[in-house]
Amino acid sequence: MTVLAEDAVLTMTINGEADLLHVRSMLRAEAQRAGLTLTAETKLVTAGSELARNIVRYSTHGQGVASVERLHRNGRHGVRVEFRDDGPGIADVEQVMRDGYTTGDSLGLGLPGSRRLVDEFSIDSAVGRGTTVVIAQWSR
Amino acid sequence: MSDDIPILRLGPNLMVTLQGNLEDTTVEHIERAVTHEVARTRATGLLIDVSGLSIVDSFVARVIARLVAMVRLLGARSTIVGIQPAVAITLVELGVPMSHVRTALNAEQGMALLREPTGR
Repeated sequence: MTVLAEDAVLTMTINGEADLLHVRSMLRAEAQRAGLTLTAETKLVTAGSELARNIVRYSTHGQGVASVERLHRNGRHGVRVEFRDDGPGIADVEQVMRDGYTTGDSLGLGLPGSRRLVDEFSIDSAVGRGTTVVIAQWSR
Repeated sequence: MSDDIPILRLGPNLMVTLQGNLEDTTVEHIERAVTHEVARTRATGLLIDVSGLSIVDSFVARVIARLVAMVRLLGARSTIVGIQPAVAITLVELGVPMSHVRTALNAEQGMALLREPTGR
């Protein structure tokens, strides 16, 4: 794991399961810094854990990058996290966003569940090009 | 992590405490250790204390549900105690199916549930 701070962006490489712990810690710290409620913080950390695990499980060599950005808009603070990998990509994004779809032995809730936990969610993926998921959570 | 899994014996029941920021492999290790301990001690009840978990994602929830199913096959019923409110809200929105798992607010109420003659 490496953490590079450049202005308001923190970048962390994900190389294996142990990095899930680092992602959770980083997101918790950023959520608290942004003044999120405990519920919003817990949802953000949980979504981040799901998305980081997806990278470890499904991307090439289990590698990817998580980048955190601090958001400010109309007096509210937020946390934006981008999870990016150069893995095999997803052929049918609509399919993986459905509850219960899985290629492994998981519950198939990682992506659709994460979307329900955060204020903003977007996914961009193409076969052979990798996958990028961006989530954001705001203070009230 | 091998011998430092906090499993407490309380009469015919066992209590295991999950706490901190857990790696997936640690969670699965605890699952195996508790299953073996239930079989070894012939426990009839298992309390799973998750009050020390500030997040429960779909992986951890799935392992807990699997543990409950396994010890049920061994003749012990389980109760999960101490789910933090923010974690409960998150689990419901995440969509993790936990309705078949018995829960109680805290260890004391969980023990009371395990003492009830009926139920599973």
